[in-house]
Amino acid sequence: MLNIILIAFCILTVGSALWVLWTKNVLHAAFALLLTFLGVAALYVMAGADFLGITQILVYVGGILVLLIFGIMLTNQAGNKEGGKNMILTENLNRFWGILIAGGFFGLLFYTFTQAGFQEVEQQHFGEISNHSSTIQITGIQLMTDYVLPFEIVGVLLMIALVGASFLASKNE
Amino acid sequence: MQQIPDVIRQIPLNYYVFFSAALFCIGVTGVLTRRNAIIIFMSVELMLNAVNLLLAAFSSYKADPAGQIFVFFIMAVAAAEVAVGLAIIVMIYRNIQTIDTGILNKLKW
Repeated sequence: MLNIILIAFCILTVGSALWVLWTKNVLHAAFALLLTFLGVAALYVMAGADFLGITQILVYVGGILVLLIFGIMLTNQAGNKEGGKNMILTENLNRFWGILIAGGFFGLLFYTFTQAGFQEVEQQHFGEISNHSSTIQITGIQLMTDYVLPFEIVGVLLMIALVGASFLASKNE
Repeated sequence: MQQIPDVIRQIPLNYYVFFSAALFCIGVTGVLTRRNAIIIFMSVELMLNAVNLLLAAFSSYKADPAGQIFVFFIMAVAAAEVAVGLAIIVMIYRNIQTIDTGILNKLKW
């Protein structure tokens, strides 16, 4: 049962990622990316990382996607008004070589992973998995004890990046 | 300190591995073939998501929550990267009125 749900979410995510890849309309790509992020959030939850699932929705869907849509709005002011529609279209480039390289890379990864034998890894570590229902408590404790310095540094980095971004994008000289 | 939910026990790790490989390769294809700079950005986000998901899955299989905290930090740095990158794209648009990478060839020789 759980495997079927997992495969359904995988198909949803890969399908919407392919839609990002193929669609000509930039805004449709952004909305397909929304579906991809939601699917990845569900897969985080199924991997036992529920805190990361929530963070994925908050950061990616709530922050990064909104930023991307703002970027689309700011960079296509002329638009493409042919045929009474107001669509933002784009073309592809080097389709043959791009798909060839990425397909070859996928083949290489697939071959490596089938040779790697992850079943043995699973068997070795399954004994240690406890019967807990959530990782939020342990994640919070570790963030505030072992990883408190990186946590603070990441906060400062994020603030510097946001100040720099708003300075870069501001209009005044 | 090994407290990972029981649900992972029922899912083979191979599903996550192959799914992440597929998502990463879709992102690579997007970066190589799309012409709109913002869609290239979206493809980079796809690749980041694939790698993050695989790291989280492996940390769960190893019953070690530290991997999830690393994924959290990666997400924070990715958010900063997107903010700065989009500001740069907006500046490029303001200077040359396009973000088509087929036209952005001033540095090509």
